[in-house]
Amino acid sequence: MKTLKNFYDNIGLPRLIIGLFFVFLVVTSIVLGFSPAAIFSDVLRRWLMYGTLVLAMVPGIQSGIGLNFGISLGISAGLLGSVLSMEISFLRNWNEVLGAGAPWLTLLLALLFGVVMAAVLGTLYGMLLNRVKGSEMTVSTYVGFSVIAFMNIVWLSLAFKNGELSWPLQGRGLRNTASLSGSFGGLLSNPDVVKSTQPAGLQWLAFRIGEFTIPLGLILVFALLCFFVWLFFRSKLGIAMSGAGENQLFTTSSGINVDKKRIQGTAISTVLGAVGIILYAQTYGFLQLYNAPLMMGFASVASILIGGASVRRAKISHVLIGTLLFQGILVTALPVVNEVIEIGTLPEVLRIIISNGIILYALSKTKGGNQ
Amino acid sequence: MSKANSLLKKAGSILFDNKVMIAFAMICLAAILLSGSSLSFIVDGVFTRITRNTFTVLALIIPVLAGLGLNFGIVIGAVAAQIAVFWVVYWGFGGFGGMMLSVLIATPLAVLFGYLVGKLFNRMKGAEMIAGLILGYFADGLYQLLFLVIIGGIIPVDNPKLIISGGVGVKNTIDLTGNLKYAIDSVRMVDIVTVLFYVVLAITLVKVVLHLLKKYQLKKNDLILFGVAGVIFGISYIPVIERFLSTDRLGLLDALTAVLIVLAVIQLVKIGKSLFIEKAQPKALVKPIAALVVYGVIYALTFIPQIEEVLLFVKLPVLPFLLIAGLCWFNHKLLSTRLGQNMRTVGQSQSVAMASGINVDQTRVIAMIISTVLASWGQLIFLQNIGTFSTYGAHTQIAQFAIAALLVGGASVQKATNKQAIIGVILFHTLFIVAPQAGKQLFDNAQIGEYFRVFVSYGVIALSLAMHAWKKYKKDDQTPTGGPNQESSILAPVSVKQEIQK
Repeated sequence: MKTLKNFYDNIGLPRLIIGLFFVFLVVTSIVLGFSPAAIFSDVLRRWLMYGTLVLAMVPGIQSGIGLNFGISLGISAGLLGSVLSMEISFLRNWNEVLGAGAPWLTLLLALLFGVVMAAVLGTLYGMLLNRVKGSEMTVSTYVGFSVIAFMNIVWLSLAFKNGELSWPLQGRGLRNTASLSGSFGGLLSNPDVVKSTQPAGLQWLAFRIGEFTIPLGLILVFALLCFFVWLFFRSKLGIAMSGAGENQLFTTSSGINVDKKRIQGTAISTVLGAVGIILYAQTYGFLQLYNAPLMMGFASVASILIGGASVRRAKISHVLIGTLLFQGILVTALPVVNEVIEIGTLPEVLRIIISNGIILYALSKTKGGNQ
Repeated sequence: MSKANSLLKKAGSILFDNKVMIAFAMICLAAILLSGSSLSFIVDGVFTRITRNTFTVLALIIPVLAGLGLNFGIVIGAVAAQIAVFWVVYWGFGGFGGMMLSVLIATPLAVLFGYLVGKLFNRMKGAEMIAGLILGYFADGLYQLLFLVIIGGIIPVDNPKLIISGGVGVKNTIDLTGNLKYAIDSVRMVDIVTVLFYVVLAITLVKVVLHLLKKYQLKKNDLILFGVAGVIFGISYIPVIERFLSTDRLGLLDALTAVLIVLAVIQLVKIGKSLFIEKAQPKALVKPIAALVVYGVIYALTFIPQIEEVLLFVKLPVLPFLLIAGLCWFNHKLLSTRLGQNMRTVGQSQSVAMASGINVDQTRVIAMIISTVLASWGQLIFLQNIGTFSTYGAHTQIAQFAIAALLVGGASVQKATNKQAIIGVILFHTLFIVAPQAGKQLFDNAQIGEYFRVFVSYGVIALSLAMHAWKKYKKDDQTPTGGPNQESSILAPVSVKQEIQK
């Protein structure tokens, strides 16, 4: 009985409800006759798609800046990197020159651009957050919004030659959603893309077993990223950073520069955001510009909170569990809802209620814990 | 020399205190010049938007006073108003009566919502702003659930004009033409005067009765008020004036003239008072006389053809402006009541308030209830003026724009006044009107202007939140006691006290 109560205390009511809801949805959809393989493929895909963006929350929380709603900064850097690298690839005509290597080089270049820009922006952003200690969340939310609004102006004024990016017959402005099918879309996760573009030696990147799709390439990349973050927080630097987030007084007295650790944490979080959006776009197959990333920060925050993180403590396991539950519900809810009541917008409504409900819960909970 | 220096210093500090407003005014001016729009167009647009939005912006002031910061939770008030509007339209009511019914439904809903929000905020002291923001999104989710699923799905409804053809869920837009559109704007002045007269009459009668029962001492002011109301009511029967008053719109020129006359009379009374009753020094007369001269100059300016054209072009709906003025008066008067004083104390320091026996939590809840109710009324004014009710969009940006407007006017997280709200609305919406055109002239793309104004509205909030937090953090660094407006209680690592206990 005691272990049961312990177990309940560890999980917490909202996660229990959400977990049971997920199980309920999965069971219902199987009962309704949907193919389990298709459902689980979809869940797996979405899990990996959002995983890195959620992973980006960990360094922020651990270094003490709290829930990083300003992840839009990293997202914007990643998008800008992708757009630039696609334009370069088009101008240099890599698709013909390099063949199967072209998408790889585009992807790597996008990551490189994104990471460098995110590192610079993240450092500056970290310096700002050090000056607004105590109000990081409100400030970062609005910094995130401002950045997205600013990037809207940038997207609208870029004049690119690549027809997949820019509107046809207009000198300026990029499309709302740019297809990545001629570029790195699905390179790590879509069996069809891998089959048609990659040599035989790379067919393991994504394949099907029966109806079940295994995006092995993406799984490996995500696992590697998780491993790096895990390793980082076991290194000296990482431990010092967690210390800075956990107890400023103690850390300062042991000679660690708290402000510097916070800046590093913010920068790493921003960089992971840039990588995250590129992997997201890769899996999704489209680059979403303009206002599409506006609320992505909220989804990431909600995911890690569902996973059991608090505004001061987060682990890799929280990322994995949270993303699985949150995305799993969204994936499975759609067919079930459509079958039962035919209201297509209900999953979207559910998403809004769940994600914001869990953030509110976490905010009120931490306060209770402090008293 | 030193006098000039101190004057310079004073001017410098005035400039510094109003830096946000001045910077924004410059941007507006540049955008106006760039856009090349006609002055009539801009002024007309700005006044339309003042009618629509000022009430909601003014609803933000009380929570700032009570230390709850910028109330991102006004979305919830707007939601209450929209629920009311939907049902009123669904039942087929319209006109001023329909609007009153909307108020009757929206108000208790808003009181309930405000109470719940206040309770929630009391659990998250120091994180009200981020909580309010998230709460707004959360409420939007519940609202969508109600309008998309429950209406039609659970509550049976039948109205092909409002309901999606499947029978479940409300359509994207609801046309208010013919029912609630202009329900407040189109109230005639003569009706307002009549109602006001009867209200004053009733109040005076009650006072007289109380006086006769010796429960209340009748004051001179009561009788003067009654006299003035009576005279105005009497004048309204003079045919010329009656014709003038029987319209619902007031030309800007007439409005300006009326305001100037009233202000001039006030100044004249002041002069008379200090001359004959107080027998003050002639020095005390300088200010009122200067004010009179200014009014005169303003009135003279209206004779310049370009300005006169603009003033004749713009027509104001009367009742919304009276309501806005009423709310300004309410915000102002509240400060001198006990409740207002309590709020102020709570806003300055919760511990001091607690020590002086104020029920902090209750005061905060009351502030939230007032703000939510006012926001719901503000949304009603907005909807009836705009005339189409965008079911899933009308409330989503309201907190964002209202807060940005207030901040543009020079308010901060801890201080906001009526004046700042009104200046903010004027500046913010001027930019909103001219930005697309300016973008078109400057970049050959109107969309850029539109994105620019969104960027400005987010940016100004980000900037002023950051500046506030920065100032606060610097202060906290010197005196390590967490202020009331901080998320520090959530984010701060283990506090010093707990540290010692360990």
